Amino acid sequence: MNTIDLSQTSVRELNQRLHGLAPDTNERLWRILNPKGQHALVAGLNVPIEVQIDGHVGYYCAGMNKEAKVVINGHCGVGVAENIMSGEVRVKGNASQAAGASGHGGLVVIEGDASARCGISMKGVDIVVGGSVGHMSGFMAQTGHLVVCGDAGQSLGDSIYEAILYVQGKVESLGADCIEKEMTPEHIERLAGLLARAGIKADPHRFRRYGSARKLYNFHVDHADSY
Amino acid sequence: MCGIVGLFLKNPELRPQLGAHLKTMLIGMTERGPDSAGIAVYHRPVQPTQCKLTAFHRDTGYPWREVAGQLGEALGAEVDVERKGNHAVITVDAAEADARAWIARHHPEVRVMGYGQLMEVYKDMGLPAEVACKYALDGMEGSHAIGHTRMATESAVTTEHSHPFTAAPDMCLVHNGSLSNHNNLRKWLRRRGLEFETDNDSEVAARYFAYRMGEGASLAEALEAGLRDLDGFYTFTMGTRDGFAVLRDGIACKPAVLAETDDWVAMASEFRSLANLPGVEKANIWEPKPAVVYTWSLQEAA
Repeated sequence: MNTIDLSQTSVRELNQRLHGLAPDTNERLWRILNPKGQHALVAGLNVPIEVQIDGHVGYYCAGMNKEAKVVINGHCGVGVAENIMSGEVRVKGNASQAAGASGHGGLVVIEGDASARCGISMKGVDIVVGGSVGHMSGFMAQTGHLVVCGDAGQSLGDSIYEAILYVQGKVESLGADCIEKEMTPEHIERLAGLLARAGIKADPHRFRRYGSARKLYNFHVDHADSY
Repeated sequence: MCGIVGLFLKNPELRPQLGAHLKTMLIGMTERGPDSAGIAVYHRPVQPTQCKLTAFHRDTGYPWREVAGQLGEALGAEVDVERKGNHAVITVDAAEADARAWIARHHPEVRVMGYGQLMEVYKDMGLPAEVACKYALDGMEGSHAIGHTRMATESAVTTEHSHPFTAAPDMCLVHNGSLSNHNNLRKWLRRRGLEFETDNDSEVAARYFAYRMGEGASLAEALEAGLRDLDGFYTFTMGTRDGFAVLRDGIACKPAVLAETDDWVAMASEFRSLANLPGVEKANIWEPKPAVVYTWSLQEAA
């Protein structure tokens, strides 16, 4: 295991060292100490390594992640795992706004709460939140899954496309064109699989499903006069 | 962009280190606000009959002793003055309103940055580290303090335009964001007899909250009313005699993070500013919810 102490090493040095790793590297385990809320930690990884960050991180941690598995033992700032392509990013504490924003693939697990705009414009990522999410989560979500074991704030799934939202707790309000849909056996199975991948214990039968009413995202010829 | 920080000590044993911790927090927000910085510290209470004013004049050689002497003579009161950079803390054995009125009339070149019985306000242009050193922040003890690092968007970069803004005794406000209805609100408050010292939108917010509390609202009620009347983006941290409060607008575009242990509660725009507080590894850390009023007070902590 390589241990990098950020009280001795700059974020730029750390990130450049990780970016320099070949896909077949033997240096597969990394531990980062003293992150102290710095921004853009381990952003842009693109090899299958495992990174453990001990402490609280700032903005855009593990952004654009590809193939790597990143565990944050702490709280994280805005935009954790934004634009994640593949791999896994796990936050043991709470997350700030826009967790997993515009993610294309992979898995994001927030064991605590995530704030506003969780999964905004997600494009294929799966996000599992152990706690609650703030307002405007799943805004314009295109595809992928957002699982919320707690409650969801105002305007969940506003202007949603084809992403699928599962919420166990209360939904404060649904956004435009987002509706509740039937929790069919296929969805129970799919949700059970997501919870198992995330390692979060919850009964999939207690969740409700939300998705697009598909009335907003296509141009409707009857609305031509409105333009 | 701006950075704001607040630290409220629940454990009185930490009070000697208040300034040192706030200094680290303030410097942590340098990238969010390199134009100017300001702090309000709650400490060194004066006698019940006394008040203290933190006054500012650009000139570091300003004759504070002379002015204080005239003030004492005019009010028939004992006056003590302590110079710090281009600020002076003036302690007067008289009512705070009388002392401020006298200064406004006879020395309009002096700006009173803060007043009350506990609060001292220091603000200046320059990097947070420079401002903290100039006013020897790390040596200040106290129960709670708030700070601001400014990157101006709405009005000029001057000491007067820096935060915190004071609008009532021992009350001050720091703001990250911008208000869109501050001109109307300023007019509305002027019609109710309030006077303004700058064209800064954050001063409007400070005076608005002071106005509501002057009407009898509690701190929490005043902030609740602000959710209705203030339009724009904001994360506010407000200091009062016995506590501090945090409020974000309903959209919550401006960042904020709260951390709490048995010993303290801290607020900052970003976690970077909290990273060196004692015991932060084990703190409960979360993002304050939009449009929710958070308050802490010394009575609750006791």
